Amino acid sequence: MNRFEFARPSSVADAVALLTGKHDETSVLAGGTDLLSLMKDFVVEPKRLMSLMGIEEMHSSAIGTGQRNPGAMAVGATMTLDWLLENRDVKAHWRAVWEAAAGVKSPQLRTMGTIGGELLQRPRCWYFRRGQGLCAELNDESLPAKGDNRYHAVLGNAGPAKFVNASSLAPALIVCGATVIVVGPKGPRTIPVKDLYTTPKSAAERELTLAANEIVTSINLQGPPARKSATYEVRPRQGLDWPLVTASVALGFDGKTIQSAVVVLGHVAPTPWVADGAAKALIGHAFDEKLAHAAAAAAVAGATPLSKNAYKVELAQVAVRRALAAAAAT
Amino acid sequence: MELAWPDPKDTTVLGKRIVRLDGPDKATGRAKYTYDTNRPRMLWAKYTTCPHGHARVKSVDADAAQKMAGVVAVEVLAPAGAELNVAFAEVAIVAAESEEIAREAVRRIKVEFEVLPHNVVDDDPQAAGASARPGRANVQGDPDAAFKEAAAVSETEVGCSIITHCCMEPHGSAVEVAADGKSLTAWCSTQAISGKNGRFANEAGIGDASTSVAICQHMGGGFGSKFDIDTWGQWAAKLSARTKRPVKVMLERDMELALAGSRPSAFARMRVGCKEDGTVTAWESEAWGSGGIGGIGVRELPYVFGNVPNKRTRTTPITTNTGDQRAWRAPNHPQMALLTMAAMSDCAAELGMDELEFFKKNLGYTQRAKVYEEELNLAAELIDWKKKWMPRGDQADVVRRGLGCSIHTWGGGGHDSNVQCTIHPDGAVEIACGTQDLGVGTRTALAIVAAETLGLPLEKVKVSIGDSRLPPSGGSGGSTTIGGISSAARDACVQAANALFEKVAPELGGDAKKLVAKGGKVYAADNEAKAIPWDVACRSVGAQPLVTTGKQQRALMQQGVGGAQAAEVEVDVETGIVRVLKLVAVQDCGRIIDLLTAESQVRGALIMGVCSALYEERIMDPVTGTLLNPDMEFYKLAGIADVGELVVKMMETPEHLGRGVIGLGEPPVISPMAAISNAVANAIGARVARCPMTPDRVLAALHKKKGA
Repeated sequence: MNRFEFARPSSVADAVALLTGKHDETSVLAGGTDLLSLMKDFVVEPKRLMSLMGIEEMHSSAIGTGQRNPGAMAVGATMTLDWLLENRDVKAHWRAVWEAAAGVKSPQLRTMGTIGGELLQRPRCWYFRRGQGLCAELNDESLPAKGDNRYHAVLGNAGPAKFVNASSLAPALIVCGATVIVVGPKGPRTIPVKDLYTTPKSAAERELTLAANEIVTSINLQGPPARKSATYEVRPRQGLDWPLVTASVALGFDGKTIQSAVVVLGHVAPTPWVADGAAKALIGHAFDEKLAHAAAAAAVAGATPLSKNAYKVELAQVAVRRALAAAAAT
Repeated sequence: MELAWPDPKDTTVLGKRIVRLDGPDKATGRAKYTYDTNRPRMLWAKYTTCPHGHARVKSVDADAAQKMAGVVAVEVLAPAGAELNVAFAEVAIVAAESEEIAREAVRRIKVEFEVLPHNVVDDDPQAAGASARPGRANVQGDPDAAFKEAAAVSETEVGCSIITHCCMEPHGSAVEVAADGKSLTAWCSTQAISGKNGRFANEAGIGDASTSVAICQHMGGGFGSKFDIDTWGQWAAKLSARTKRPVKVMLERDMELALAGSRPSAFARMRVGCKEDGTVTAWESEAWGSGGIGGIGVRELPYVFGNVPNKRTRTTPITTNTGDQRAWRAPNHPQMALLTMAAMSDCAAELGMDELEFFKKNLGYTQRAKVYEEELNLAAELIDWKKKWMPRGDQADVVRRGLGCSIHTWGGGGHDSNVQCTIHPDGAVEIACGTQDLGVGTRTALAIVAAETLGLPLEKVKVSIGDSRLPPSGGSGGSTTIGGISSAARDACVQAANALFEKVAPELGGDAKKLVAKGGKVYAADNEAKAIPWDVACRSVGAQPLVTTGKQQRALMQQGVGGAQAAEVEVDVETGIVRVLKLVAVQDCGRIIDLLTAESQVRGALIMGVCSALYEERIMDPVTGTLLNPDMEFYKLAGIADVGELVVKMMETPEHLGRGVIGLGEPPVISPMAAISNAVANAIGARVARCPMTPDRVLAALHKKKGA
């Protein structure tokens, strides 16, 4: 880790003013559980760290009571994963989100790690973490494609990006229809969680859509939906471990018939993977095991596994089936 | 007082469950490890390393590092022209005022490499090409005829990846050469402290062990990888001598995992033939594996069941551009146990026989049939084998359960050791031994032997270890420590007691031979009423303390142990995730000094076994030849929720306890991987081809079975 300057603004406006137009010149620090390890490994070498932890307005939550979106919840971006896990409303109304938070098995990470930080964490790709870049190319060859890709992408990997998005919350928030408020020099804008992510097409691009001078200040969960949601993780170890795949689903029912469905896979592609095909397969049918199998197969349609990760395609289907079964059973 | 160990029925602390004396220090952080050593004006040293699996150094430019504020010394270790055979090999070392500056400075050393061809393939002799060196076939009896006559013949392919020692405290030392350059003190994380002072003195150019001291009060694991001071110890000494400042060199986790020791991989294709009753008659194995750049392979198979009459075996060592092997807790045994027990288990399944009965049927091929039988029966009882065992492939649920077992052997005879016992005129007792605590619980063991022998409470005995100035004791390797130190301590304390008895005999009836020390008192065995309190008795030693030195005693030690383990697992056949539900370890180790630390050693071994069975492996990059998981994030170990229920049963029959003290560090780590592999095979009806049994490998085994 290099030496750096440190700033701790107390308002969002001050924070935005401290940022420059260049990524990793000033890095935004929240819980630090990802950024500090990136710095220790010299993957990013910021000149300045700007902590968000002194900004009161980002460290709160409120449940809306108004007419427009009753029961919606606005959660400050620096609220911790542990807070999510302890929150009864989240557990009751946004089950998929709660289950995703529960999948982070380290109390230390949950206590320090923030919701905003979880969404904006960088990929765990071991080539990226060794400083070989997001697309990890060496002599015009993809290191993950040619090397060891057991944890890499099986979907959306046709371009140079072979890493997987590391967020487990993002798929859950997407199925729950969550948005985030992004604040930059021109003021705030609200975008769906899904739009935080993009698949870089070259080594010069990033996987996060935020401009260098923007921060995520809060996450908005839509009012308690009639939809039933769940997240299922395939995680080898009981304790702290990265999931091999996750599936988050939300189902809306009309009687026994599925009226609306969202299926999002995590850890399978450079972005959270919104499986529209799976949703399509579900809508208009009553839930049963056969339907779950069809939806799971549709979720991974077009998968292009690399040399060592075809098993992830199989696991993704298991995760979809189990998440669907859990959601349908609630 | 006789030298012989007292009758187990008569002991107060010996063989009881005694809590580790330094446990509170370790739990609270009072215990200071080498990593914790910080000296005034100390420098931190860090390495610039090679990012390639095999490369030649073209140039090294250390200018920028040298000019950096806070950098005190820069040494280029691999100059232009040097060939480096493994990733993370040392290129340069920088000593700086702080750890942070040193870390930053090593990145400013610009190194140009000519990348050379490497091989990191250790699981496929053909793909490894010239790096694989097929050995000669070893034939005994007539395997072909035996296979032809066999009632059942099984085929097995199984193996395990290279793993590392992964010491919680990485390798390293802090060396302080005195200002006059004539003496030094070295704090080092080592499993062999006696004599280390001379090694550091030599590297520092002092050349005089008498003025040098090496200290290791506590250490965070060694597992066979911390015998030598290594190049990093050498450089701590050299840099301290050159800078005239204390220098600390502790490996970063990446170098620790890449260079500081590994356990060779082992793979094999095996065939086993047996008679209708389960008696094995034929064995054939083609084995390969890698121990790194040194490339020593797999030992002779089968393991434990060595006396199978007809066998053909061949081994192909493979050289890989990976950090070299070091003795890893029971070197080679866990791998050999996996290969052997898997093949035996598959043969049992082929015949349609219960694996446990099959193992028992073939104990005649082992060295200690009776002990194994006794231990297997106990293990079966503790895991409820009879009730829970089902033939392979009989389950249809998504989550399936399975049982597996394994047996193992080890030596464990005690090493050379010297222990000094001092009885002060005020009754204080000191025990000093130049041993170290690799995890044995040596402080506690020495205190127990002294307290038992002198009839004192544990807290009355002050134990000193971990210092090269103390009476020399052997390195902690091969499970040799407990036998060495406990027998030497018994010898020293018996001598001291007898010397004391001579002095107080006139007050206690005149016959020193009749005296006993018990319950804090000294008295004639036939006249306890006339006892003298210990402190009072000790006044008779006079103005000078009474000092005796004991040596390791063959009569008090033994070697050769057996052990049986059984595992119960649960496998999700959709995700391929394996969970260990229960592990049972039945272990003999002769006379037990501390039942609790003995059980703890077995538990620790079981946990380590779960790690290699399910999670840990060194993952090398086929493209660059570097280590891809040089961190604790992807070099995965079991967490507490992953280890399941651990049941430890020490053999405490008079027959076992009567054998003398035998080392225990290694044997219990041998069987877990084999037992878990067998349990998984039992659950899913297929052999997972490789440990760690990660979901991809479990699913692959299931698909192979389906396709077959």
